[in-house]
Amino acid sequence: MLQGWVVVLVSFTYLGLLFAIAYFGDRRADQGRSIIANPYIYALSLAVYATAWTFYGSVGRAASDGIGFLPIYLGPTLVIILWWMILRKIVRISKTNRITSLADFIASRYGKSAALAGLVTVILVLGIVPYISLQLKAVSTSFTILLQYPEVAMPAQRAPETMLQDTAFYVALTLAAFTIAFGTRHLDASERHEGLVAAIAFESVVKLLAFLAVGLFVTFGMYHGFGDLFSRGFDEPAVAPLLSPLEGPAGGYASWVWLTILSMLAVMFLPRQFQVAVIENVDEKHLRTAVWLFPLYMLAINIFVLPIAVGGLMRFPDAAVDGDTFVLTLPMAEKQQALALFAFIGGLSAATGMVIVETIALSTMVCNDLVMPALLRMKRFRLAEHENLSHLLLSIRRYAIVIIILLGYGYFRLAGEAYALVSIGLISFAAVAQFAPAILGGIYWKGATRAGALSGLSAGFVVWAYTLLLPAFARSGWLPEPFLTEGPFGITLLKPLELFGLTGLDQITHAMIWSMLANVGIYVGVSLRGHQSVIEQTQASLFVDIFKQTSELASPWRGTASVGELQGLVARFLGPARAADAFRQYARDRGLKSAEDLNADPGLVRFAEIQLAGAIGASSARVVVSSVVQEEPLGIAEVMNILDEASQVIAYSRQLESKSRELEAATAELRAANERLKELDRMKNDFISTVSHELRTPLTSIRAFSEILHANPGLDREQRSRFLSIIIKESERLTRLIAQVLDLAKIESGQVEWHNSELGMQEVIEDALTATSQLFKEKAVRVATRIEPGVPRINADRDRLMQVMINLLSNAVKFSDKEQGLVQVTLRTLGDTLRVDVHDNGIGISPENHEVIFEKFRQVGDTMTDRPQGTGLGLPICRQIINHYGGALWVESRLGEGATFSFTLPLERASARVSKVAS
Amino acid sequence: MGKHDVNHQHLIALFVLGLVLFNYPLLSLFNVPGTVLGIPVLYLYVFAAWGAVIGLLAWIIE
Amino acid sequence: MNKRILIADDEPNIVTLLEFLMQQSGYDIRSASNGEDALRAVSEYHPHLVLLDVMMPLRNGYEVCQTMRESPEFDDVKIIMLTAKGREAEMAKGLASGADAYVTKPFATKELVETVKRLLEP
Repeated sequence: MLQGWVVVLVSFTYLGLLFAIAYFGDRRADQGRSIIANPYIYALSLAVYATAWTFYGSVGRAASDGIGFLPIYLGPTLVIILWWMILRKIVRISKTNRITSLADFIASRYGKSAALAGLVTVILVLGIVPYISLQLKAVSTSFTILLQYPEVAMPAQRAPETMLQDTAFYVALTLAAFTIAFGTRHLDASERHEGLVAAIAFESVVKLLAFLAVGLFVTFGMYHGFGDLFSRGFDEPAVAPLLSPLEGPAGGYASWVWLTILSMLAVMFLPRQFQVAVIENVDEKHLRTAVWLFPLYMLAINIFVLPIAVGGLMRFPDAAVDGDTFVLTLPMAEKQQALALFAFIGGLSAATGMVIVETIALSTMVCNDLVMPALLRMKRFRLAEHENLSHLLLSIRRYAIVIIILLGYGYFRLAGEAYALVSIGLISFAAVAQFAPAILGGIYWKGATRAGALSGLSAGFVVWAYTLLLPAFARSGWLPEPFLTEGPFGITLLKPLELFGLTGLDQITHAMIWSMLANVGIYVGVSLRGHQSVIEQTQASLFVDIFKQTSELASPWRGTASVGELQGLVARFLGPARAADAFRQYARDRGLKSAEDLNADPGLVRFAEIQLAGAIGASSARVVVSSVVQEEPLGIAEVMNILDEASQVIAYSRQLESKSRELEAATAELRAANERLKELDRMKNDFISTVSHELRTPLTSIRAFSEILHANPGLDREQRSRFLSIIIKESERLTRLIAQVLDLAKIESGQVEWHNSELGMQEVIEDALTATSQLFKEKAVRVATRIEPGVPRINADRDRLMQVMINLLSNAVKFSDKEQGLVQVTLRTLGDTLRVDVHDNGIGISPENHEVIFEKFRQVGDTMTDRPQGTGLGLPICRQIINHYGGALWVESRLGEGATFSFTLPLERASARVSKVAS
Repeated sequence: MGKHDVNHQHLIALFVLGLVLFNYPLLSLFNVPGTVLGIPVLYLYVFAAWGAVIGLLAWIIE
Repeated sequence: MNKRILIADDEPNIVTLLEFLMQQSGYDIRSASNGEDALRAVSEYHPHLVLLDVMMPLRNGYEVCQTMRESPEFDDVKIIMLTAKGREAEMAKGLASGADAYVTKPFATKELVETVKRLLEP
């Protein structure tokens, strides 16, 4: 009696060992010392193809069909012969395009179509879930059987269990946990799992050894070799038919042929095979060894299938024991406890390997091709704004893993009992085979279109579901039985198992014929009728011509050059020593002794180009390399590629153009700013020069007259007083000038303190008139004021406004008519401004001088007469003051009609500005 | 590239040979009752052919 | 007979000043308040020397000086430029236009009188 806990302990120990291997593999990968970077590990990891279905199911199928199980392994052997061409191409394409899954591959080929990726994922999930359920069934059945040891009893004979009593449920949960641990441990969400591959390779060894052990025991332990076993078998009526020739010339062979084809496709396009063969491939050269080692593995694991089946049938003649369990039940029946446990572990390893890899591959697709596109499309999640989505990705994958495995469990609970293991597996194979046209067509036929792939795949999938999935449901009682026997709605032609009346074939062959017909026919037909978008064309030539491109995709060189020329070229830019080093290293990497042995193939040209690109930039490097490479004439496809590239270059150059335009604009701005600075500098110099002139003139009088008075004490009284009065006036002028220059400088540099207070403009005007009344009297100029009542009060600096008013009034007096002088002052509101006009009836100012008079030191007077008195700074200062309050100061005048100096002050803004200044 | 280039024609020829070996009608030649060394003829034939194909493949590609 | 001096300046106070200084030194004087007047006065009055302010309306001192130098008639008329712009560049410009001396304002009365005397009585 094998204790349950022993079995469980051994199982978990085994899984723990696997996990340790995976952990070790990952550690080594992180250190850059990969343990899977050799062709043997690669070949063993491919043997994930052999699942519990192989381990248990082959014997079961052999027990009923004889060697009918073999096409499942002969097909792969045949197709693998072509792998060096086909799979290497797929691997190259995937590496070049950073493909992460089967769905990714197909979608990428057909213009990166999200719809296609989604469809592929859905098909895969639906097609693979039964296959996963098969593994769960195998593990739980074998576990249940083993617990009966040494009694051999089929679980079906026992009472049905609830889910919580169901071994398969716990198996599912355990496998989900381990899959998560294996597949989503990395936070970088990388699609490669070195540790996992190492563990899978180990599992392949375990299951092979376990199976061989059982086989050897049966053949040589229970019987005396093959001859003995088979000759006894011929005597047994239940066994003899298995050993006789295949039945019937047509049906038997058709089934054989279709199974071969089916498995040829499955071994490439099952998600787990694609994962280990393509995605996890470290070096495509590993294919060299794998293509013969993997078939050898399959041969080895199959040698004893028939002997075990024969042995089982003889040992359990009453058909009480299911053929699917012979691998386990034969050792049990022979009381080989250790061997039985080893067989169980072998089956466990076959099942776990499949479930883990398959589920990881599926979860990657579900995450990348179903969930993420949906999430990204949903604005609500704002995924695009997140910087690091790796945690989210991993969570999605973990959930996907759990859900996929639980789906497998659900299928097992509901439908799994309806079939022998092999049937379930073949349904999955047939689903996966639907991808073959799209993939194989995609890598060899440039004309294949996205629409063709989508519709072909959809059609194949629908037919598959109709002829295989629905009948499975019907047999499980989910659909009425007449659906199978009489066709839907009684239409005989549509009977799922005899579509359009095609009879005499087994279910798989029937389904394959119809689905492939629909799939390939529609794929080709739609592709031929439709046309490709630009991205489809680009991707198509990228995929189909992958080997015409050199190792790097970017710039395919087709041409020849000599090694010496290339090295010389590189030496010119990198120096001879570095160039020689680089070429030596390149040669060594390729297993050559020295650079002299190198061929100047496109790879070397590309290498040289990369070396140069590091020094002089990629585009220059291409130009430089092209100087020594004799390019071969290009095919249309290459021209298209180059055009694609060229259109990118054009886009870049447009960007450059716009950048250079921006730069030009910036330069122009800078130049303008510089001009302005120069102008300001010139103005400053002019200003200083003018100020100096204006200062020197009164100083000259003061100094010279002082000297005269000093040197001539005997001057007459009248003359002396005249000279003295000049000195006094010029001193005053000097003082005023200095004050105004300083005042203006302060206003302009913003250093003036504005003592704002609420004031009435009419009061300011009255005060200014009072202050200048003496002036008016002296010149006998009359003044008339017109002040609108109720002008709002404003907030401003009283003294400054006084300064403005006094200045304008003095000017008006100065320039008004000599005889009939009249100055009119008006105050009124105009909209939301306050306006003051000061009009004189003098000679007026010509229009060209209207602005000049507001410039510093620019006085305009009657040049024929005395030059005007004053500093030439009064009006500029007034304008600065008015501008400070957001108003304007200007003059309106015509020669001979007097002049009106007007200014406005905004009522609101004046106060707003004040409050701002106050705060 | 240190090794010789794989001859694609040889591979295709081997593939065709494999198709022929494992299919009707060649298969039917061995689809007869009887044993060789106590082993059913078809069974022996398939495994022998299988092994031969693998051997040839290894020879071509390596 | 006294030497004749033309005083050309637009600042009345400066004119007053120069008139006093030149009269005191025993010269006959005439005055002009702008460039045009100055040129007219030169041809009418034939001064031996002109005290020429640079910054004058209508025609500035440089222009007056140049015009005079272009005519051989006034070849021997001495010209003293008076300017409130004290820069070396200005001085060079003045001398280049044909002036005999260049005096910056404010000046020492004694020096100006001596310069005038030196030019008129070699």
